[in-house]
Amino acid sequence: MAKIQMKNIVKKYGDGFPAVNDVSIDVADGEFVILVGPSGCGKSTLLRMIVGLEDISSGDMMIGERRVNDLAPKERNLAMVFQNYALYPHLTVYENIAFPLRLAKVPDKEIDEKVRHASKTLELDEHLDRKPGNLSGGQRQRVAMGRAIVREADAFLFDEPLSNLDAKLRGQMRTEISRLQKRLGITTVYVTHDQTEAMTLGDRVAVLKRGILQQLATPRELYTQPNNLFVAGFIGSPPMNFLPATVEGNTISLPFGKVNLPPDKAAKAQGKGLLIAGIRPEHFEDASVAANADEGSTFSAKVDVVEWLGNEAYAYIPFEAPPEVQEQLTQLEKDLDGESMRTQLVVSLDGASMVAAGDDARIWVDASKIHLFDPATGENLTLERTVQDNEQADDTTRAPGGGPSEEPEITRVREGN
Amino acid sequence: MVRKLGTAVGCLLILVWCLLPVAWIISLSFKTQESITVGNPGFLPAEGTNAGWQNYIDVWDNEQFRRAILNSVGIALIATVASVILGTLAAYAIARLEFKGKKFVLTTALAIAMFPVVSLVGPLFDMWRTLGLYDTWPGLIIPYMSFTLPLAIWTLTAFFREIPWELEQAAQVDGATSWQAFRKIIVPLAAPGVFTAAILTFFFAWNDFVFGISLTSTENARPIPAALSFFVGADPFNRPASLLAAGAVIATIPIIVIVLVFQRKIVAGLTSGAVKG
Repeated sequence: MAKIQMKNIVKKYGDGFPAVNDVSIDVADGEFVILVGPSGCGKSTLLRMIVGLEDISSGDMMIGERRVNDLAPKERNLAMVFQNYALYPHLTVYENIAFPLRLAKVPDKEIDEKVRHASKTLELDEHLDRKPGNLSGGQRQRVAMGRAIVREADAFLFDEPLSNLDAKLRGQMRTEISRLQKRLGITTVYVTHDQTEAMTLGDRVAVLKRGILQQLATPRELYTQPNNLFVAGFIGSPPMNFLPATVEGNTISLPFGKVNLPPDKAAKAQGKGLLIAGIRPEHFEDASVAANADEGSTFSAKVDVVEWLGNEAYAYIPFEAPPEVQEQLTQLEKDLDGESMRTQLVVSLDGASMVAAGDDARIWVDASKIHLFDPATGENLTLERTVQDNEQADDTTRAPGGGPSEEPEITRVREGN
Repeated sequence: MVRKLGTAVGCLLILVWCLLPVAWIISLSFKTQESITVGNPGFLPAEGTNAGWQNYIDVWDNEQFRRAILNSVGIALIATVASVILGTLAAYAIARLEFKGKKFVLTTALAIAMFPVVSLVGPLFDMWRTLGLYDTWPGLIIPYMSFTLPLAIWTLTAFFREIPWELEQAAQVDGATSWQAFRKIIVPLAAPGVFTAAILTFFFAWNDFVFGISLTSTENARPIPAALSFFVGADPFNRPASLLAAGAVIATIPIIVIVLVFQRKIVAGLTSGAVKG
């Protein structure tokens, strides 16, 4: 059990390209931290530097009070679950789990006790004598976890452990990992590209882009207070809408019309010229079913396509963006591993809404939830700084293993590519 | 049905084609010397010319023959073990490490394997006499190794490349040193490759005749194939064919044993289940 501190970690490959660039993350004892980002963002490299499979170009890696930069993996006392499980195919499940203990020269009786305990926890009892080749994906995954929990490691490291499982099993294993981590109260670093895993598992989530840490915060804060365009676009599904906008006084002009903005938000964006407004789909509503739809924050738009899902409906409204915004949005889409599509607004409407494709719908927008981004830097201009600082202070004092009390609702999983 | 029958007939033909010489030499080994001299073309010994086990007993009683068997077994085993160990280490380095001259090592190894054995005999003969290796076990083990190592390296490199890197990394994270990871994870998984290489090496060393006859002069190091050719008996114009046949049969036994033993270890698909395919 130990905390993990990464101080200004840099990883440069032979060609000088920094795969991980100046990343500092403190993982508190017993905390569950997620490293998330699109493919090639350096999250796996960072994890492999923690465990010692990858050299650190510069910076300090501290586990507990030890600097481990130059220690071999075996001296770091960490347990890791690999993406493809990496089970030893010539050994039985029992011997696979016992392997770390055998290396540590633990007496046979103790090994037996610990392996049986681990196998009971993971419900592997009837498979102990089988070889990994005869197991299903979920069983192999559990064996890999058994191998990790059987030794008293200082921390668990997971490298996309669920990406090889089918969707249903993934959901089950996710809960299983969460339960296990909370029960053992062990420091955990977990790499994933799946934002559902990131949001539901982590005490805190670190979002990385091209080797640079974008934001390290609780899932709730990432969702409500994204630092920049990238984080805003990465977290949430369907993703946040980005619209060209200009603020004059207390009104914001969107491609569909003018909407009143709360004075404090408007103040932060005064005189900045053309901005990008970020509005989540669920912060729109069909004006006819919204309870508090006042005139000041509604606009009318022609709906292109409607996807009705029962509890809600997604309406797609295309719009034209000026070139300077368009360029930024295309780049963002590329960063997010997405395809560059035409600019359209995705609006989540109540299931009771009768809006149909081709209609001119009256849409209400919750102006208090609008984020405004600087188109040049991507920085979020409307961050509520004080709130964020409080939350961060709050976060460090929070009991280890106690996950976020309420998770934002995420209905779909963002898949890389 | 017809198809099945065809397969059976085909197999039978191939078996007969391959095994007839073997069967014939076994038949010869049970005939008396007279039976062969007077001409007894039948497969089974003619009336009164069945030697029973006498030829085998005579051959085995021959001091030179027993010594040759010992030489062959010793030299072939040492060459095999040394070549497989060296080959395993070299192949592992080639499969895992990035170093300058990797391609060079591989192509040179291949070039050596393709080199005609005969062309090396002369120089080796001279060198070995100067170095005092002539007519000794090392004098044969070294050339055998240099011809079988390339084969072993190529076979084993292919096997090592198939083994996922993660297994070794997992072992290291689990607390193994590089050497432990190699010995406990990689070598067991490469076992089919190791045994394939071992069989090939043993074959080469056991069956070699050219080096065996040129680099030895006494029973000090003379291996079986060479020793058999020295089996002339009393009359050089009348070679003891039935004794030779018995000797040849005996010489085949160790190789059959070795193949049967090693064959069990060559199980395909040993790595299945290590990682998600």
